[in-house]
Amino acid sequence: MAELKYDKDGRLLFTKEMKEEYTILMPQMLPVHFGMFQQLLILEGYKVDMLTTNHRGIVDEGLKYVHNDTCYPALLVIGQLIDAIKHGGYDPHKVALFITQTGGGCRASNYIHLLRKALEKAGLEFVPVISVNLSGLEKNPGFSLTLPLVRKLIYAMLYGDLLVNAANQVRPYELTQGETDAMLDRWQKTLIDGFQAGKGMSRKQMRDNFDAILADFAAIPVSQEEKVRVGVVGEIYVKFSPLGNNNLEDFLLSEGAEPVVPGLTDFMIFKIFNREVDVNIYGGLWAKKKFCQLFKGYIEACQKDMIAALKKTRFRAPGTFENMHQLVQGYLGDGNKMGEGWLLTGEMLELIHSGVPNIVCTQPFGCLPNHIVGKGMIRKLKDDYPNSNIVAIDYDPGATKINQENRIKLMLANAKALAKQGKELVGANV
Amino acid sequence: MILRVGIDIGSTTVKVVVLDEDNKLLFRSYERHYSKARERACETLRSIEDMLKGKDVRLVVTGSAGLGVAKAAGLDFVQEVYATAAAVNAYIPDTDAVIELGGEDAKIIFFGGALEERMNGSCAGGTGAFIDQMATLMNVTVSELDQLSLKHEKIYPIASRCGVFAKSDIQPILNQGGRKEDVAASIFQAVVDQTVAGLTQGRELKGKIVFLGGPLHFLMGLRERFVDTLQLDQEHAVFPEDGDCFAAMGAALCASDYEARPFDELLRLLEESKAATSVVDTMPPLFESQADYDAFTARHNASTPPQLDVSAYTGDAYLGIDAGSTTTKIVLIAPDGGLLYTYYHSNLGNPVAIALEQLKEIYKLCGDRIKIKGSAVTGYGEDLIKNAFSCDLGLVETVAHYRAAAHFNPDVDFIIDIGGQDMKCFKIRNGAVDSIMLNEACSSGCGSFIETFAKALGYGIADFAKLGLFTQKPVNLGSRCTVFMNSSVKQAQKDGASVEDISAGLSISIVKNAIYKVIRAASADDLGQHIVVQGGTFHNDAVLRAFEQELGREVTRPTIAGIMGAFGAALAARDLKLEKSSLLSETALQSFTHTAKPVTCNLCTNHCSLTVNSFDGGRRFISGNRCSRPLGKEKTELPDLYRYKYQKLRAMEGRGFGDGSRGRIGIPFGLNMYENLPFWFELFTRLNFEVVLSPESSRKLYIKGQRTIPSDTVCYPAKLLHGHVEALVEAGVDAIFYPCMSYNFDEKSSDNNYNCPVVAYYPELLAANMPDLKKTRFLNPYAGLHRQKDYERIGSQWFADTFGIPRKEAVNAIRAAYQAYDRYKEDVHRTGQQYIDQARAQGLPIIVLAGRPYHIDPEINHGINDLITSFGFVLVSEDAVAFHEEYAPRKVLNQWTFQARMYNAARYVCQQPDMELVQLVSFGCGTDAITGDEVRSILEQGGKLYTQLKIDDISNLGAVKIRVRSLMAAMEERKRRGN
Repeated sequence: MAELKYDKDGRLLFTKEMKEEYTILMPQMLPVHFGMFQQLLILEGYKVDMLTTNHRGIVDEGLKYVHNDTCYPALLVIGQLIDAIKHGGYDPHKVALFITQTGGGCRASNYIHLLRKALEKAGLEFVPVISVNLSGLEKNPGFSLTLPLVRKLIYAMLYGDLLVNAANQVRPYELTQGETDAMLDRWQKTLIDGFQAGKGMSRKQMRDNFDAILADFAAIPVSQEEKVRVGVVGEIYVKFSPLGNNNLEDFLLSEGAEPVVPGLTDFMIFKIFNREVDVNIYGGLWAKKKFCQLFKGYIEACQKDMIAALKKTRFRAPGTFENMHQLVQGYLGDGNKMGEGWLLTGEMLELIHSGVPNIVCTQPFGCLPNHIVGKGMIRKLKDDYPNSNIVAIDYDPGATKINQENRIKLMLANAKALAKQGKELVGANV
Repeated sequence: MILRVGIDIGSTTVKVVVLDEDNKLLFRSYERHYSKARERACETLRSIEDMLKGKDVRLVVTGSAGLGVAKAAGLDFVQEVYATAAAVNAYIPDTDAVIELGGEDAKIIFFGGALEERMNGSCAGGTGAFIDQMATLMNVTVSELDQLSLKHEKIYPIASRCGVFAKSDIQPILNQGGRKEDVAASIFQAVVDQTVAGLTQGRELKGKIVFLGGPLHFLMGLRERFVDTLQLDQEHAVFPEDGDCFAAMGAALCASDYEARPFDELLRLLEESKAATSVVDTMPPLFESQADYDAFTARHNASTPPQLDVSAYTGDAYLGIDAGSTTTKIVLIAPDGGLLYTYYHSNLGNPVAIALEQLKEIYKLCGDRIKIKGSAVTGYGEDLIKNAFSCDLGLVETVAHYRAAAHFNPDVDFIIDIGGQDMKCFKIRNGAVDSIMLNEACSSGCGSFIETFAKALGYGIADFAKLGLFTQKPVNLGSRCTVFMNSSVKQAQKDGASVEDISAGLSISIVKNAIYKVIRAASADDLGQHIVVQGGTFHNDAVLRAFEQELGREVTRPTIAGIMGAFGAALAARDLKLEKSSLLSETALQSFTHTAKPVTCNLCTNHCSLTVNSFDGGRRFISGNRCSRPLGKEKTELPDLYRYKYQKLRAMEGRGFGDGSRGRIGIPFGLNMYENLPFWFELFTRLNFEVVLSPESSRKLYIKGQRTIPSDTVCYPAKLLHGHVEALVEAGVDAIFYPCMSYNFDEKSSDNNYNCPVVAYYPELLAANMPDLKKTRFLNPYAGLHRQKDYERIGSQWFADTFGIPRKEAVNAIRAAYQAYDRYKEDVHRTGQQYIDQARAQGLPIIVLAGRPYHIDPEINHGINDLITSFGFVLVSEDAVAFHEEYAPRKVLNQWTFQARMYNAARYVCQQPDMELVQLVSFGCGTDAITGDEVRSILEQGGKLYTQLKIDDISNLGAVKIRVRSLMAAMEERKRRGN
């Protein structure tokens, strides 16, 4: 059995032996993307389980081990991990945990510390926690994000965004239920197999894949029914995770709406851009800025490929990062970077501009950055775009689904009324 | 002709209407459903069968509880706000805005321009259910509450965010003798403030306003508060005749868009939908069998003091009174603790009258045989009762409860008391009260909650609690505050849970709330080995059982659980060993009189709401004060660094050494300005600007900007900024300067030097939400003061671009500003040290009041610093001692400049025997969820007590006093043992 080893500050390390013996548990945030990440990690020789549990016990474990006023995502993620160790049929001495670490002025940077505190409280302090980050924080001998792996992960993210985007535009209209999801599964597998064979990870191959994916999704038979499109933005975890947002996308589908969920790529570019901005507005190393610009430029170029591929089809294409950055001028400064920062407002603007003025803005109850960039910007958006129809929904352990759904229903009813009003005042605004 | 039927199923009522083709109302009903919504609707439809039988009708359901009913029955549904808008459009077409209050929802609709419809978020309880709760609290019916409110003389500020807050505001007012009439009107005002603040979110309420919904239909006092507050005349305030049924009428109007179906089929669908219920989240039962229950009760009934016969006893006796928030408890004991007399009753909002009546009764029972040789009071009404009846001793509740618990279990190490309105738990360490936890803010769920719920479902409290004992599937309601719990219950009902399941579920919720929300324990061992539970709520066997189940440990519940405070007070009175009690004699009671008059103290900016109680013989007692000035005494002037810093910062306005020739710059006095003002003041005055500070914070200033606050759950210090900025606009300054700052100064004592997101970016929120800012020049550049060299370059460029100031001049000014900031900090350090030295010279204890820099604002700290010094402490702030400590790794990411100071202050305090640390936490401050636990663990490892004071727009000084006095009692105990 692997020996427990600690670094000089007393942090429990994930060792090479552990890599052989341990199962690593990872939370799920975006089902498609994280599913692909999991596959990639398995191919690297890690034993990885992605947790898809979704029951009340998760919240109870969270409430037990995390300060209750901490943000809901921390409570859920930690609750889910601890619940899995205790009740998931694992040997607690043979599991390790993955958690992402971003850094930044938001409380979210503390997740890994809160997780360790919670493990200690639960008597599980022997469970190693592996920080997944791109900043070189907290190294572990048994785990490393090698350059080839990072490259694969980035491509998986881009493919994930395209897949989800296409699937979201087909699923509400599919004639044979389940066909879209079957297509999703098939493509995920195809892509992972390709990665393993070293395929699909150049821009040229990716462009070809994009076209093939979109062609496949476009071939799924759909109805011509008109549905209300509803944008989903918000704090990254509750925005994407079905566990966090009470299966929001399913609810929107059941209400006859088409969910439009901006992808993960923008967030990634945003985080890199922040470092560049810091140098611009506070000063700092030119080299750091240059490196960030190059990295960002590469992902942006890939994103443009994705948009170009979508534009060739009947599917709605999102705007570019740069486009969003333009739109948000006059709302928030570049320096607004904590949490989702100006990107959240940017996404709302982008949605409004591309004909999706109906938006659910999700946030954990008491989310600090969202006071400013979510709820705080809705007034101005309404003034500037009278047809915008945004509902802010809080998520926390006590919030009931019925309250949330009733408010979303109001937004949907408004959407219809506004559409009617809009037809009467043709050409007004936007 | 096809009739249209609208059914509005709300959280508490069902409304049914029938409309003809001309939108004329043929039938309407408004009835409470006592959680049997579907059945109620069916009955009503049955009652109008004559009208509809055999016909095709268009029927649409609406309402918050209607969604589930409609879904289950396969009926058409429209969202209720949408329905209301449709009704207003049809019946009152020139309306500008609608305000609708329902059982649990508050809604607002704006017409004209773009349609805007909004509902209260999930944390907003200022609605019908809230009014019901408040009426219960005051022991009147809702219509009596209404009548009372119409006779008010003054309005008290009452927190309107949620019921829990309001209760803690109302209770002290009532207990201290405030008039019921005034409290009633204040409750309605709170609802109005909540609606206006929470829902308008920056859009002005003007023009013709229609008021709808049950509460606004029935309550004249509530109407009056709305009309007054919004300054509406008769033409512009419309209360339609059928205002309670508008949503149902709207649903009927919307029905035009839906297909007609045979009425009989619709009714059948509704009646048969019962079976179609979904699965409820359930938990294991409380008791498996009657035998289990019997063993349980036998075990608990063993902890009981001897019962003595008061009519036969002769000798000395001691009186204990617990003037609690909702109930008054009185005991009379013999020297061995034997019970001579006990009393437990709701204080009916007038504890003095109850105590008077009881004292008379006790004297009568005592006759000449029994001599009362000591009397003590505890509880919220302690001061009032002590003064009214000249009791010998007043003691803080925690100490009283500890005395009582130790009587039954001398090894007790954890006590939890759940009463009607409040929950107290604390540990006992080295014979002293330690780690006090009180339910505050969002964490209620006490006895009165079950009571309100029992009433709402049509049961008495005792019967209701028993219902749940043997159910096999208690429903899981989670652990959250009252308002949330309401919705959970609603959902459970919708899902088909029975009243029995809900009763058990509520008992379990209260327990979970206590354990995970208030105490935040992970396991039973976190609490202790010897747990004593008390308070009236633990008389409820379901709650007691749930508590033992949740902990997996047996606890002690004395049979007198409900009167432990009074019992402890009586024991304390006994231990005074007095020859004669100063308690008013039987004859003196005959001429006892009491009147209470509310006044506002104008001796300082706190503007305390005082209650002047006058008794016979000219005795007076003033309550509600924070300092001793209104009592006619000199304000105590012990050294107080909060006051010093505040005065020093307030003085930083004007031209300084400059000539003011470049214009007047307004600086809002809030958030990070409490740290950075010395920098900006120097910088602007050096550049020959005149600095204009916004006025001192006050509740009035807050109200001024309230309507532009977009997020109701942000902290109070941030909310105040709206008023500050508005005031600066009015002051006509040339520009308002309020920079965004992701980073603050780097003090090298943390892993990073961020501001919290709210402090960092609030200027951008103001820019987007305050229309008045268009009237002035609002400058909110990003400033990075943490990199001086870079800021000299970037900052001077900004001054050149913005004001055309030569770069060189600006660079010099920036350098001077850095020096000025350093001087300010040194001054704080030096003065803090002087105060500490002074305290040591006089042998006074020192409290480090650790918060953020802006917590020195008296409107934010509500004069807590005055309160602390009035107890004989010297007070310094966290930044006055934190700098003594170097960086050390923490268990959490230590990344905020201000928060890092608290860690270091705590570490420093641990090494100083004469210092204690008290942490101030603003409600809604997300970072303190992290810092609170960390500061606690630093202090506890250092052998210190952790005391946290939570503050919001309204202060609950009662809770603050309990904590500070318990801290004092613990310090004394420690001293006693040390010697």
